[in-house]
Amino acid sequence: MARALLISVFGFVLSVFLGTAALPQDAAETDRSATGGAQTLEDIMARQRGEDVDTGFRSDATGDPNNATGMTNQLGTLGGVSDPELWRAYRYGSANLTTQARGPAATTVIQDGGMWWLKYRSGPLSDFSAYLLGGTLVLLVVFFLIRGRIRIDGEKTGRTITRFKAIERFGHWLMGGAFIVLGLTGLITLFGRKVMIPLFGHDSFSVLATASKWVHNNVSWAFMLGLTMVFFMWVARNLPKKSDLQWLAQGGGIFKKGVHPPAGKFNAGQKLIFWSVIVLGVSISVTGLSLLFPFELPMFAKTFSILNATGLPQLLGFGELTIHLAPHQEMQYAQLWHALVSVVLLAIILAHIYIGSVGMEGAYDAMGSGEVEEQWAREHHSLWVEEVTAKEIESASPAE
Amino acid sequence: MKIMLLAFAATAVIAVGANLTLYELGFSSEDRTSGVDVRLD
Repeated sequence: MARALLISVFGFVLSVFLGTAALPQDAAETDRSATGGAQTLEDIMARQRGEDVDTGFRSDATGDPNNATGMTNQLGTLGGVSDPELWRAYRYGSANLTTQARGPAATTVIQDGGMWWLKYRSGPLSDFSAYLLGGTLVLLVVFFLIRGRIRIDGEKTGRTITRFKAIERFGHWLMGGAFIVLGLTGLITLFGRKVMIPLFGHDSFSVLATASKWVHNNVSWAFMLGLTMVFFMWVARNLPKKSDLQWLAQGGGIFKKGVHPPAGKFNAGQKLIFWSVIVLGVSISVTGLSLLFPFELPMFAKTFSILNATGLPQLLGFGELTIHLAPHQEMQYAQLWHALVSVVLLAIILAHIYIGSVGMEGAYDAMGSGEVEEQWAREHHSLWVEEVTAKEIESASPAE
Repeated sequence: MKIMLLAFAATAVIAVGANLTLYELGFSSEDRTSGVDVRLD
Protein backbone atom coordinates (compact mmCIF):
# COMPACT_ATOMS: atom_id res chain seq x y z
CA MET A 1 0.00 0.00 0.00
CA ALA A 2 2.78 2.37 0.97
CA ARG A 3 4.64 1.50 -2.20
CA ALA A 4 1.62 2.13 -4.41
CA LEU A 5 1.08 5.43 -2.63
CA LEU A 6 4.68 6.39 -3.26
CA ILE A 7 4.41 5.61 -6.95
CA SER A 8 1.16 7.52 -7.32
CA VAL A 9 2.56 10.52 -5.49
CA PHE A 10 5.69 10.44 -7.64
CA GLY A 11 3.52 10.38 -10.73
CA PHE A 12 1.42 13.22 -9.37
CA VAL A 13 4.42 15.35 -8.56
CA LEU A 14 6.10 14.55 -11.83
CA SER A 15 2.99 15.57 -13.70
CA VAL A 16 2.83 18.84 -11.76
CA PHE A 17 6.49 19.59 -12.41
CA LEU A 18 6.22 18.53 -15.99
CA GLY A 19 3.09 20.52 -16.49
CA THR A 20 4.85 23.69 -15.47
CA ALA A 21 8.21 22.87 -16.90
CA ALA A 22 7.27 21.77 -20.39
CA LEU A 23 8.92 23.75 -23.10
CA PRO A 24 6.81 25.53 -25.69
CA GLN A 25 6.10 23.05 -28.44
CA ASP A 26 4.15 24.95 -31.04
CA ALA A 27 5.13 28.55 -30.54
CA ALA A 28 4.01 30.04 -33.82
CA GLU A 29 6.12 32.72 -35.42
CA THR A 30 4.52 36.04 -34.60
CA ASP A 31 4.88 39.14 -36.75
CA ARG A 32 6.03 41.92 -34.42
CA SER A 33 7.01 44.46 -37.08
CA ALA A 34 4.10 46.69 -36.05
CA THR A 35 5.58 47.11 -32.56
CA GLY A 36 9.15 47.34 -33.69
CA GLY A 37 9.87 43.84 -32.32
CA ALA A 38 8.25 44.50 -28.95
CA GLN A 39 5.35 42.64 -27.37
CA THR A 40 2.13 42.51 -29.42
CA LEU A 41 -1.51 42.23 -28.45
CA GLU A 42 -1.42 38.63 -29.73
CA ASP A 43 1.41 37.81 -27.30
CA ILE A 44 -0.65 39.14 -24.40
CA MET A 45 -3.79 37.32 -25.57
CA ALA A 46 -1.87 34.06 -26.01
CA ARG A 47 -0.57 34.27 -22.44
CA GLN A 48 -4.05 34.98 -21.17
CA ARG A 49 -5.26 31.86 -23.00
CA GLY A 50 -2.60 29.94 -21.07
CA GLU A 51 -0.51 29.22 -24.17
CA ASP A 52 3.26 29.10 -24.11
CA VAL A 53 4.84 32.17 -25.68
CA ASP A 54 8.42 32.14 -26.87
CA THR A 55 9.89 35.02 -24.88
CA GLY A 56 13.12 35.11 -26.87
CA PHE A 57 12.11 38.41 -28.49
CA ARG A 58 12.16 39.98 -25.01
CA SER A 59 14.89 38.06 -23.22
CA ASP A 60 17.37 38.75 -26.02
CA ALA A 61 16.41 42.43 -26.37
CA THR A 62 18.77 43.69 -23.69
CA GLY A 63 20.63 46.31 -25.69
CA ASP A 64 24.18 46.45 -26.94
CA PRO A 65 26.84 48.52 -25.16
CA ASN A 66 28.68 48.88 -28.48
CA ASN A 67 25.86 51.09 -29.69
CA ALA A 68 26.56 53.61 -26.94
CA THR A 69 26.44 57.22 -27.86
CA GLY A 70 29.63 59.08 -27.09
CA MET A 71 29.89 60.50 -23.59
CA THR A 72 29.98 64.02 -24.89
CA ASN A 73 26.75 63.61 -26.85
CA GLN A 74 23.23 63.79 -25.57
CA LEU A 75 21.87 60.52 -24.05
CA GLY A 76 25.39 59.27 -23.87
CA THR A 77 25.37 57.77 -20.37
CA LEU A 78 23.42 54.54 -20.72
CA GLY A 79 26.10 52.62 -22.54
CA GLY A 80 23.90 51.60 -25.45
CA VAL A 81 21.31 50.08 -23.15
CA SER A 82 17.95 51.72 -22.54
CA ASP A 83 16.06 51.42 -19.27
CA PRO A 84 13.60 48.83 -20.62
CA GLU A 85 16.51 46.82 -22.01
CA LEU A 86 18.28 46.98 -18.66
CA TRP A 87 15.16 45.78 -16.82
CA ARG A 88 14.74 42.95 -19.30
CA ALA A 89 18.32 41.89 -18.53
CA TYR A 90 17.42 41.89 -14.81
CA ARG A 91 14.22 40.01 -15.56
CA TYR A 92 15.93 37.23 -17.54
CA GLY A 93 19.05 37.07 -15.37
CA SER A 94 21.53 38.19 -18.03
CA ALA A 95 22.54 41.53 -16.45
CA ASN A 96 26.09 41.80 -15.19
CA LEU A 97 25.31 42.69 -11.60
CA THR A 98 27.41 43.35 -8.55
CA THR A 99 25.78 43.48 -5.14
CA GLN A 100 26.92 44.15 -1.61
CA ALA A 101 25.05 41.03 -0.45
CA ARG A 102 27.25 37.96 -0.86
CA GLY A 103 24.64 35.20 -1.05
CA PRO A 104 24.92 32.80 -4.01
CA ALA A 105 21.66 34.10 -5.50
CA ALA A 106 22.14 37.74 -4.62
CA THR A 107 22.43 38.80 -8.24
CA THR A 108 19.08 37.25 -9.18
CA VAL A 109 16.97 40.33 -8.60
CA ILE A 110 13.88 39.23 -10.55
CA GLN A 111 12.60 35.68 -11.09
CA ASP A 112 9.17 34.70 -12.26
CA GLY A 113 8.65 31.28 -10.64
CA GLY A 114 7.50 32.80 -7.38
CA MET A 115 3.82 33.27 -8.12
CA TRP A 116 3.39 29.75 -9.50
CA TRP A 117 5.13 28.35 -6.42
CA LEU A 118 3.06 30.46 -4.03
CA LYS A 119 -0.21 29.48 -5.72
CA TYR A 120 0.72 25.80 -5.80
CA ARG A 121 1.84 25.84 -2.17
CA SER A 122 -1.24 27.60 -0.84
CA GLY A 123 -3.59 25.73 -3.20
CA PRO A 124 -3.08 22.13 -4.36
CA LEU A 125 -0.27 21.33 -1.91
CA SER A 126 -2.22 22.53 1.13
CA ASP A 127 -5.42 20.83 -0.07
CA PHE A 128 -3.63 17.55 -0.80
CA SER A 129 -1.97 17.65 2.63
CA ALA A 130 -5.21 18.37 4.48
CA TYR A 131 -7.18 15.67 2.64
CA LEU A 132 -4.44 13.05 2.96
CA LEU A 133 -3.80 13.57 6.69
CA GLY A 134 -7.47 14.13 7.53
CA GLY A 135 -8.50 11.12 5.43
CA THR A 136 -5.90 8.92 7.11
CA LEU A 137 -7.11 9.92 10.57
CA VAL A 138 -10.74 9.26 9.61
CA LEU A 139 -9.83 5.85 8.14
CA LEU A 140 -7.97 4.89 11.31
CA VAL A 141 -10.91 5.90 13.51
CA VAL A 142 -13.32 3.94 11.28
CA PHE A 143 -10.99 0.92 11.33
CA PHE A 144 -10.79 1.11 15.13
CA LEU A 145 -14.57 1.32 15.43
CA ILE A 146 -15.06 -1.72 13.18
CA ARG A 147 -12.14 -3.93 14.21
CA GLY A 148 -11.50 -2.67 17.72
CA ARG A 149 -8.20 -3.27 19.45
CA ILE A 150 -6.37 -6.31 18.11
CA ARG A 151 -6.01 -8.45 21.20
CA ILE A 152 -3.59 -11.27 21.98
CA ASP A 153 -5.75 -14.25 20.96
CA GLY A 154 -4.04 -17.01 22.91
CA GLU A 155 -3.45 -17.24 26.62
CA LYS A 156 -0.64 -15.02 27.88
CA THR A 157 2.38 -16.93 29.12
CA GLY A 158 3.75 -14.34 31.52
CA ARG A 159 7.15 -14.85 29.87
CA THR A 160 8.78 -12.18 27.71
CA ILE A 161 11.23 -12.14 24.83
CA THR A 162 13.68 -9.30 24.19
CA ARG A 163 12.56 -7.78 20.92
CA PHE A 164 14.67 -4.61 20.67
CA LYS A 165 17.88 -3.71 22.48
CA ALA A 166 18.30 -0.30 24.11
CA ILE A 167 20.35 1.12 21.24
CA GLU A 168 17.68 0.06 18.72
CA ARG A 169 14.94 1.72 20.75
CA PHE A 170 17.08 4.82 21.17
CA GLY A 171 17.58 5.11 17.40
CA HIS A 172 13.87 4.54 16.79
CA TRP A 173 12.77 7.20 19.26
CA LEU A 174 15.45 9.66 18.19
CA MET A 175 14.11 9.47 14.66
CA GLY A 176 10.44 9.09 15.62
CA GLY A 177 10.33 11.84 18.23
CA ALA A 178 12.16 14.22 15.92
CA PHE A 179 9.84 13.34 13.02
CA ILE A 180 6.72 14.14 15.05
CA VAL A 181 8.17 17.50 16.07
CA LEU A 182 9.26 18.19 12.48
CA GLY A 183 5.82 17.19 11.19
CA LEU A 184 3.99 19.51 13.57
CA THR A 185 6.30 22.48 13.00
CA GLY A 186 6.19 21.82 9.26
CA LEU A 187 2.39 21.84 9.27
CA ILE A 188 2.44 25.08 11.28
CA THR A 189 4.59 26.57 8.52
CA LEU A 190 2.45 25.18 5.68
CA PHE A 191 -0.91 26.13 7.15
CA GLY A 192 0.19 29.30 8.97
CA ARG A 193 -1.23 31.88 6.59
CA LYS A 194 -4.30 29.89 5.65
CA VAL A 195 -5.43 28.55 9.01
CA MET A 196 -3.45 29.86 11.95
CA ILE A 197 -3.27 33.59 11.24
CA PRO A 198 -7.08 33.81 10.86
CA LEU A 199 -7.42 31.90 14.13
CA PHE A 200 -4.73 33.48 16.31
CA GLY A 201 -3.83 36.73 14.58
CA HIS A 202 -0.52 37.93 13.16
CA ASP A 203 1.22 38.73 16.44
CA SER A 204 0.65 35.36 18.08
CA PHE A 205 1.45 33.48 14.91
CA SER A 206 4.65 35.46 14.46
CA VAL A 207 6.00 34.10 17.78
CA LEU A 208 4.82 30.57 16.94
CA ALA A 209 6.27 30.68 13.42
CA THR A 210 9.64 31.96 14.62
CA ALA A 211 9.84 29.22 17.26
CA SER A 212 8.66 26.59 14.74
CA LYS A 213 11.32 27.58 12.26
CA TRP A 214 14.09 27.33 14.86
CA VAL A 215 12.85 23.97 16.10
CA HIS A 216 12.31 22.60 12.56
CA ASN A 217 15.76 23.64 11.35
CA ASN A 218 17.66 22.27 14.33
CA VAL A 219 15.70 19.14 15.27
CA SER A 220 16.24 17.94 11.70
CA TRP A 221 19.76 16.77 12.66
CA ALA A 222 18.36 14.38 15.27
CA PHE A 223 16.02 12.96 12.62
CA MET A 224 18.85 12.40 10.17
CA LEU A 225 21.01 10.78 12.85
CA GLY A 226 18.16 8.49 13.94
CA LEU A 227 17.41 7.63 10.30
CA THR A 228 21.02 6.62 9.74
CA MET A 229 21.07 4.50 12.92
CA VAL A 230 17.83 2.74 12.07
CA PHE A 231 18.97 2.00 8.52
CA PHE A 232 22.19 0.29 9.56
CA MET A 233 20.62 -1.55 12.51
CA TRP A 234 17.65 -3.00 10.64
CA VAL A 235 18.35 -3.10 6.91
CA ALA A 236 19.48 -6.74 6.90
CA ARG A 237 16.26 -7.81 8.66
CA ASN A 238 14.09 -5.84 6.23
CA LEU A 239 15.13 -7.47 2.99
CA PRO A 240 12.13 -9.07 1.25
CA LYS A 241 11.49 -12.79 1.80
CA LYS A 242 9.10 -15.32 0.32
CA SER A 243 7.05 -15.46 3.53
CA ASP A 244 6.21 -11.76 3.05
CA LEU A 245 3.90 -12.68 0.16
CA GLN A 246 1.87 -14.98 2.40
CA TRP A 247 1.69 -12.28 5.05
CA LEU A 248 0.47 -9.75 2.51
CA ALA A 249 -2.03 -12.20 1.00
CA GLN A 250 -3.63 -12.59 4.42
CA GLY A 251 -3.60 -8.83 5.05
CA GLY A 252 -1.25 -9.41 7.95
CA GLY A 253 -4.13 -10.96 9.84
CA ILE A 254 -5.20 -7.56 11.11
CA PHE A 255 -8.63 -7.66 9.47
CA LYS A 256 -9.79 -10.93 11.00
CA LYS A 257 -9.59 -12.29 14.52
CA GLY A 258 -7.50 -15.44 14.93
CA VAL A 259 -5.56 -15.08 11.66
CA HIS A 260 -1.78 -15.00 12.20
CA PRO A 261 0.37 -15.38 9.08
CA PRO A 262 3.97 -16.37 9.81
CA ALA A 263 6.52 -13.58 9.93
CA GLY A 264 10.14 -13.04 10.87
CA LYS A 265 11.45 -10.27 13.11
CA PHE A 266 9.80 -7.76 10.79
CA ASN A 267 6.62 -8.67 8.95
CA ALA A 268 5.88 -7.45 5.42
CA GLY A 269 3.89 -4.47 6.73
CA GLN A 270 6.78 -3.39 8.90
CA LYS A 271 9.16 -3.85 5.98
CA LEU A 272 7.00 -1.55 3.87
CA ILE A 273 7.06 1.00 6.68
CA PHE A 274 10.84 0.61 7.01
CA TRP A 275 11.53 1.18 3.32
CA SER A 276 9.04 4.04 3.17
CA VAL A 277 10.82 5.70 6.08
CA ILE A 278 14.25 5.16 4.52
CA VAL A 279 13.42 6.20 0.95
CA LEU A 280 11.10 9.08 1.81
CA GLY A 281 13.19 10.05 4.85
CA VAL A 282 16.34 10.35 2.72
CA SER A 283 14.42 12.37 0.13
CA ILE A 284 13.10 14.66 2.86
CA SER A 285 16.56 14.96 4.40
CA VAL A 286 18.27 15.83 1.11
CA THR A 287 15.73 18.50 0.17
CA GLY A 288 15.78 19.69 3.78
CA LEU A 289 19.53 20.19 3.61
CA SER A 290 19.02 22.13 0.39
CA LEU A 291 16.58 24.38 2.25
CA LEU A 292 18.84 24.65 5.33
CA PHE A 293 21.71 25.93 3.21
CA PRO A 294 19.88 28.13 0.69
CA PHE A 295 21.15 28.12 -2.90
CA GLU A 296 24.21 26.04 -1.99
CA LEU A 297 22.84 22.56 -2.75
CA PRO A 298 20.75 22.89 -5.93
CA MET A 299 19.58 19.50 -7.16
CA PHE A 300 16.48 19.78 -9.31
CA ALA A 301 18.10 20.91 -12.58
CA LYS A 302 20.41 17.91 -12.27
CA THR A 303 17.51 15.61 -11.35
CA PHE A 304 15.46 16.85 -14.32
CA SER A 305 18.48 16.31 -16.55
CA ILE A 306 18.77 12.69 -15.36
CA LEU A 307 15.02 12.18 -15.80
CA ASN A 308 15.26 13.56 -19.34
CA ALA A 309 18.07 11.12 -20.07
CA THR A 310 15.87 8.22 -18.99
CA GLY A 311 13.28 9.30 -21.53
CA LEU A 312 10.50 8.93 -18.98
CA PRO A 313 9.07 12.47 -19.21
CA GLN A 314 9.12 12.25 -23.02
CA LEU A 315 7.50 8.80 -22.89
CA LEU A 316 4.68 10.21 -20.78
CA GLY A 317 4.15 12.95 -23.35
CA PHE A 318 5.37 15.85 -21.26
CA GLY A 319 8.40 16.70 -23.37
CA GLU A 320 11.76 17.50 -21.88
CA LEU A 321 11.90 19.07 -18.44
CA THR A 322 13.60 22.42 -18.25
CA ILE A 323 17.10 22.15 -16.87
CA HIS A 324 17.69 25.89 -16.68
CA LEU A 325 16.44 26.86 -13.25
CA ALA A 326 17.05 30.12 -11.42
CA PRO A 327 18.50 29.64 -7.91
CA HIS A 328 15.15 30.59 -6.42
CA GLN A 329 13.33 28.05 -8.57
CA GLU A 330 15.64 25.37 -7.22
CA MET A 331 14.56 26.38 -3.72
CA GLN A 332 10.89 26.42 -4.72
CA TYR A 333 11.05 22.90 -6.11
CA ALA A 334 12.98 21.76 -3.01
CA GLN A 335 10.29 23.23 -0.74
CA LEU A 336 7.41 21.64 -2.66
CA TRP A 337 9.03 18.22 -2.84
CA HIS A 338 10.10 18.42 0.82
CA ALA A 339 6.55 19.25 1.95
CA LEU A 340 4.82 16.76 -0.33
CA VAL A 341 6.99 13.78 0.57
CA SER A 342 6.83 14.72 4.26
CA VAL A 343 3.05 14.74 4.22
CA VAL A 344 2.97 11.31 2.56
CA LEU A 345 5.37 9.96 5.18
CA LEU A 346 3.29 11.57 7.93
CA ALA A 347 0.22 9.71 6.71
CA ILE A 348 2.15 6.42 6.72
CA ILE A 349 3.53 7.12 10.19
CA LEU A 350 0.06 7.92 11.55
CA ALA A 351 -0.94 4.36 10.63
CA HIS A 352 2.30 3.06 12.19
CA ILE A 353 1.63 4.96 15.43
CA TYR A 354 -1.93 3.64 15.52
CA ILE A 355 -0.97 -0.03 15.16
CA GLY A 356 1.92 0.39 17.57
CA SER A 357 -0.23 1.89 20.33
CA VAL A 358 -4.03 1.76 20.63
CA GLY A 359 -4.50 -0.51 17.62
CA MET A 360 -2.78 -3.62 18.96
CA GLU A 361 -2.40 -5.04 22.43
CA GLY A 362 1.22 -5.67 23.38
CA ALA A 363 2.75 -3.86 20.40
CA TYR A 364 3.99 -0.81 22.29
CA ASP A 365 6.10 -2.97 24.64
CA ALA A 366 8.44 -3.73 21.75
CA MET A 367 9.58 -0.10 21.71
CA GLY A 368 8.67 0.70 25.32
CA SER A 369 10.57 -1.77 27.48
CA GLY A 370 11.87 -3.83 24.56
CA GLU A 371 10.37 -6.96 26.15
CA VAL A 372 7.29 -8.48 24.50
CA GLU A 373 4.86 -11.12 25.76
CA GLU A 374 5.86 -14.49 24.31
CA GLN A 375 2.32 -15.23 23.12
CA TRP A 376 2.17 -11.88 21.30
CA ALA A 377 5.47 -12.72 19.60
CA ARG A 378 4.20 -16.20 18.61
CA GLU A 379 1.08 -14.70 17.03
CA HIS A 380 2.74 -11.84 15.12
CA HIS A 381 6.34 -12.98 14.55
CA SER A 382 6.24 -16.77 14.72
CA LEU A 383 9.30 -17.36 12.51
CA TRP A 384 11.33 -14.95 14.63
CA VAL A 385 10.29 -16.72 17.84
CA GLU A 386 11.39 -20.07 16.34
CA GLU A 387 14.71 -18.48 15.43
CA VAL A 388 15.21 -17.03 18.93
CA THR A 389 14.19 -20.31 20.59
CA ALA A 390 16.56 -22.32 18.39
CA LYS A 391 19.42 -19.99 19.30
CA GLU A 392 18.63 -20.33 23.00
CA ILE A 393 18.63 -24.12 22.76
CA GLU A 394 21.87 -24.03 20.82
CA SER A 395 23.60 -21.79 23.35
CA ALA A 396 22.25 -23.86 26.25
CA SER A 397 23.61 -27.14 24.77
CA PRO A 398 27.10 -28.09 25.97
CA ALA A 399 29.78 -27.86 23.30
CA GLU A 400 30.79 -31.22 21.85
CA MET B 1 10.10 4.24 28.45
CA LYS B 2 13.40 5.47 29.90
CA ILE B 3 15.08 5.01 26.53
CA MET B 4 12.30 6.93 24.82
CA LEU B 5 12.70 9.86 27.20
CA LEU B 6 16.47 9.67 26.83
CA ALA B 7 16.10 9.88 23.04
CA PHE B 8 13.79 12.89 23.36
CA ALA B 9 16.30 14.59 25.64
CA ALA B 10 19.07 13.75 23.15
CA THR B 11 16.96 15.33 20.39
CA ALA B 12 16.82 18.58 22.36
CA VAL B 13 20.57 18.50 23.05
CA ILE B 14 21.35 17.79 19.37
CA ALA B 15 19.08 20.66 18.30
CA VAL B 16 20.75 23.19 20.59
CA GLY B 17 24.19 21.81 19.76
CA ALA B 18 23.53 21.97 16.01
CA ASN B 19 22.36 25.56 16.26
CA LEU B 20 25.39 26.68 18.26
CA THR B 21 27.82 24.73 16.07
CA LEU B 22 26.43 26.06 12.78
CA TYR B 23 26.45 29.59 14.17
CA GLU B 24 30.07 29.25 15.29
CA LEU B 25 31.04 27.81 11.89
CA GLY B 26 29.63 30.90 10.20
CA PHE B 27 26.40 29.48 8.83
CA SER B 28 24.12 32.20 10.20
CA SER B 29 22.12 34.12 7.59
CA GLU B 30 24.07 37.22 8.52
CA ASP B 31 27.41 35.54 7.91
CA ARG B 32 26.33 33.80 4.71
CA THR B 33 24.42 36.52 2.91
CA SER B 34 25.92 39.87 3.79
CA GLY B 35 29.21 41.53 3.05
CA VAL B 36 31.34 43.85 5.13
CA ASP B 37 29.68 46.84 3.52
CA VAL B 38 26.23 45.87 4.81
CA ARG B 39 25.40 47.13 8.26
CA LEU B 40 22.86 44.89 9.99
CA ASP B 41 23.52 45.98 13.59
